[in-house]
Amino acid sequence: MTAATPLAGYLLVAAMLFAIGLAGALVRRNAIMVLIGIELMLNSANLNLIAFWRFGPHPEALTGMMFAIFSIAVAAAEAAVGLGLVIAIYRHTGAAELDKIDRMKG
Amino acid sequence: MSPIFYLLAALTLAGGLATVLLKHLVHAALAVTVAFAGLALLFLELDAQFAGFAQILVYIGAVAILIVFAILLTHGSELPREGVFSKTWFLGLVIAAGVFSVLGWAVLQSVSAVPQQNTVPTVTVNDIGIALVGRYVLPLEIVALLLTAATIGAVIVAMHEKERPK
Repeated sequence: MTAATPLAGYLLVAAMLFAIGLAGALVRRNAIMVLIGIELMLNSANLNLIAFWRFGPHPEALTGMMFAIFSIAVAAAEAAVGLGLVIAIYRHTGAAELDKIDRMKG
Repeated sequence: MSPIFYLLAALTLAGGLATVLLKHLVHAALAVTVAFAGLALLFLELDAQFAGFAQILVYIGAVAILIVFAILLTHGSELPREGVFSKTWFLGLVIAAGVFSVLGWAVLQSVSAVPQQNTVPTVTVNDIGIALVGRYVLPLEIVALLLTAATIGAVIVAMHEKERPK
């Protein structure tokens, strides 16, 4: 490994956080925990965008920053709809565990 | 790299790890809030003040509260008898480790190629506002529409049913 630049450090942290979020989405049974894992993955992508904006050649163009801001807004919408779906499924089937929800028929 | 970066990275990753490993959902929600706060501080460390404060407002202020409400409404604070980890947890861990090794390999391979501008960008909230209503006005409108649709959709989806089938 060569001398780590600041950008590589941030990218490594983002990759680690992405892997942690992916593991959380894959190994937990509760649907809310899966959503939390997805939120962690989205956040790590935002960290990448901001880091590239900060260390990229044209920070005054604001591209990465705008991408991150819109990504935060979309992630908030996704969280609202996802948690609403989890609540609806819990009302319907009485379980928020994903392996108990095994039918699509209402 | 500054020691502050290592401190914030350790805080964020510890929050993320605690989220995945803690058995109680409420504890996991608290841990994910720590991870969100660590990320917001990392944004501030990257001189992205607006994104950092937006992260605090949106994630710690809204998403964490939403998660706690969802846990409350689905009785998620009770531990399930079958355990909190799925039967295929080992496969999930292997997939996550594989993804991390590929990403880490890619980052370490491109250390010399990635850009490293070290001058601090002088971007004020004023610039961001002008860009939002200038060059990025169409995405802004689309996001506004998306947020409206998502809010209405979430309310309709989670609205109480009249009769329960079970």
